[in-house]
Amino acid sequence: MNGVRRLATAHLAVAVTAFGIAAAMALMQALSRANLDLPWRSPKMYYLSVTAHGVMMALIFTTFFIMGLGLVLTTSALGRRVSHPRLAWASFWAAFGGTIAALWAILWGKATVLYTFYPPLKAHPAFYLGLTLVVVGSWIWSWVVIATYRAWKKEHPETPVPLAVHGTLATIIVWLIATVGVAAEMLFQLIPWSLGIKETVDPLLARMLFWYFGHPLVYFWLLPAYVVWYTLLPKAAGGKLFSDPLARMVFAVFIILSTPVGFHHQFMDPGISSGWKALHTLNTFWILFPSLVTAFTVLASLEIAGRARGAEGLFDWLGKLPWGDPFVASVLLSMVLFAIGGFSGAVNAAFDMNAVVHNTAWVQGHFHLTVGSAVALTFMGVAYWLVPKLVNRELELALLAKVQPYLWFIGMVLFAIANHATGLMGMPRRIYDPSYMGHPAAEQWKALTGVSALGGLFLFTSAAFFLLVMLGTVLAGRPNNDDTVSFAEPLEGPPLRKSIFDRFGLWVVIAVALVAIAYAYPLAHHLSMQRFGSPGFRPF
Amino acid sequence: MKVHLYERIWMIAAAAVIAIFLGTIAVGTLAQGSQPPSHVETIDPKAVWTDPRFANRGVEELPDGAVRVTGIAMMFAFQPGEIRVPAGKKVTFRLTSADVVHGFQIVGTNANAMVVPGYVTQFSTVFDRPGEYLIVCNEYCGLGHHMMMGRLVVEAGQ
Ligand code: HEM
Ligand SMILES: [Cu+2]
Ligand SMILES: [Cu+2]
Repeated sequence: MNGVRRLATAHLAVAVTAFGIAAAMALMQALSRANLDLPWRSPKMYYLSVTAHGVMMALIFTTFFIMGLGLVLTTSALGRRVSHPRLAWASFWAAFGGTIAALWAILWGKATVLYTFYPPLKAHPAFYLGLTLVVVGSWIWSWVVIATYRAWKKEHPETPVPLAVHGTLATIIVWLIATVGVAAEMLFQLIPWSLGIKETVDPLLARMLFWYFGHPLVYFWLLPAYVVWYTLLPKAAGGKLFSDPLARMVFAVFIILSTPVGFHHQFMDPGISSGWKALHTLNTFWILFPSLVTAFTVLASLEIAGRARGAEGLFDWLGKLPWGDPFVASVLLSMVLFAIGGFSGAVNAAFDMNAVVHNTAWVQGHFHLTVGSAVALTFMGVAYWLVPKLVNRELELALLAKVQPYLWFIGMVLFAIANHATGLMGMPRRIYDPSYMGHPAAEQWKALTGVSALGGLFLFTSAAFFLLVMLGTVLAGRPNNDDTVSFAEPLEGPPLRKSIFDRFGLWVVIAVALVAIAYAYPLAHHLSMQRFGSPGFRPF
Repeated sequence: MKVHLYERIWMIAAAAVIAIFLGTIAVGTLAQGSQPPSHVETIDPKAVWTDPRFANRGVEELPDGAVRVTGIAMMFAFQPGEIRVPAGKKVTFRLTSADVVHGFQIVGTNANAMVVPGYVTQFSTVFDRPGEYLIVCNEYCGLGHHMMMGRLVVEAGQ
């Protein structure tokens, strides 16, 4: 494991703890939205909890997991130590300190602004400073991974970098481009404003900067999951990677298309002209392409695995896959859930249909299938595979680990169907209580909010099983020294020569050019308009 | 770079599916004039109550027979709280916020918009079915967010 064992363990420990906190809060939310009366149920607790759940799941669990996994993949695939171990620790402590600051502000009720923190809702400065520190930590981590790659490249100038590192670097590039937006929002708007140095902020500019960041954020979560699907899953399932070159193409396309799409989150916003919204729509649909290619390559790789395990018919290879292996089962089920989520995503992106579902429970159904399942369930599967290697112990409570992904799947199907349906019926997201004083339209949501709550119970049970397995493994797993990380071999052997998809510099240039086309004019136009700032509000 | 035959077919099919998606959207844009909603107009959020554009809140009939609804969203109510409009006529909403970001969604219709302080939201729609509709705020705006609601009454034509 090339000396990153302790580093990676620290990252995963924070990730899993954040997941645990957030899952406990989620149960309360799912029950509250069904209007079930719980002790201490109050709007204040509810919105505080949604803020904590959103921040801990979407920002902390994901970021720490990705940083930990990225270190393991890079050092294992390159067969070398990380270039600047002290900096790597500095990045961990910066992000960890930032997490504690933000969490303090949230739990003490000083930052009930949700994980999107739209001004003029105004949080305590510790919230903004804390999240900024998390991003700074992730930048240092990015630099450490890049430096490790460059050191390797010096010794291997002609060799294409292993696919796992190729995907990790793509993730980092997407992240570095994306975080420019949120950093600008924090440094020029929110931090000075919350410290009282600035009187007012422009809420629409903040939304533009946030969504410049917010959509590629989605790919920052998703690409590491794709790296797992391409490079670890086929191996664990007993097969080979069907196509290495196409996987590289997929990552390159994500580098260029992840960012110039953010206005699809602002179809319903005033102040942005239709033409630019339409351009972002066009890009949004093309970004489906690399995911469709991924579906093909991953399925073909799994077919190889199934046939290696003795399948002969047209589809029986599916049944031959090791569905009882917690890692493989988690990833396979996460992919099924993602397929449904991808469909509802295409609906969101079509602006006519967006008008029906925008900011309804539909959206919540959508992103629990994508980040909440494709990403989170894949990461849980990875944890079953990786944590034993990190702590030199065998997976404990293996039966719970076998059942856990299926519970998540059942819970998520119930939760997602119910929320998509209530969303179509007009039920808003982010509400403490859906009763609207007994209005007949709201009465119709009732049965379905109950289904959603039931799904929440399954999900929570599943999350609890996951946490028990983690805890059991770390504390009581039988000793085991197997810490090899091995990657799926491409069907046609590893590529010998670099292709155009290995030229990161080229893709970065195209990405920056596309971002400039998609954002420079709308932003410049916006800044040149006569605008009025808003003072802050704390209605919490 | 070697690409398998099936892969090639799949990629072409994937691109075709996306092109069809975009094609339907383009047809909607060109043939039916549907496009992403948009309106660019600013306002001082600290002075919305005295701004002449928002002085007459409520429903106005315009000379051409269309209807204009002017309203302000605030923590945690819509002003006015009840709106009566005729069925089958074009209704143009003009909305702004007196404080934080709100949403304006008429349940059971495709009227759905963000209301951002400092900006004027404007969009038009037609309500065909007479009846009573629930208006909700669909963007989190504070502890009373789930209580922020209004009523739209669509009246059958004379
Ligand atoms: C333990 C299983 C889970 C349950 C029961 C659950 C439940 C919920 C519920 C009921 C809400 C809605 C709050 C509202 O709109 O009023 C919510 C919001 C959210 N969830 Fe989950 N969730 C779970 C897991 C996850 C995971 C794994 C992720 C991502 C990694 C995630 C990310 C989010 C985000 C980003 C929000 C949005 C918060 C906001 O609107 O500000 N959730 N969740
Ligand atoms: Cu997006
Ligand atoms: Cu509101």
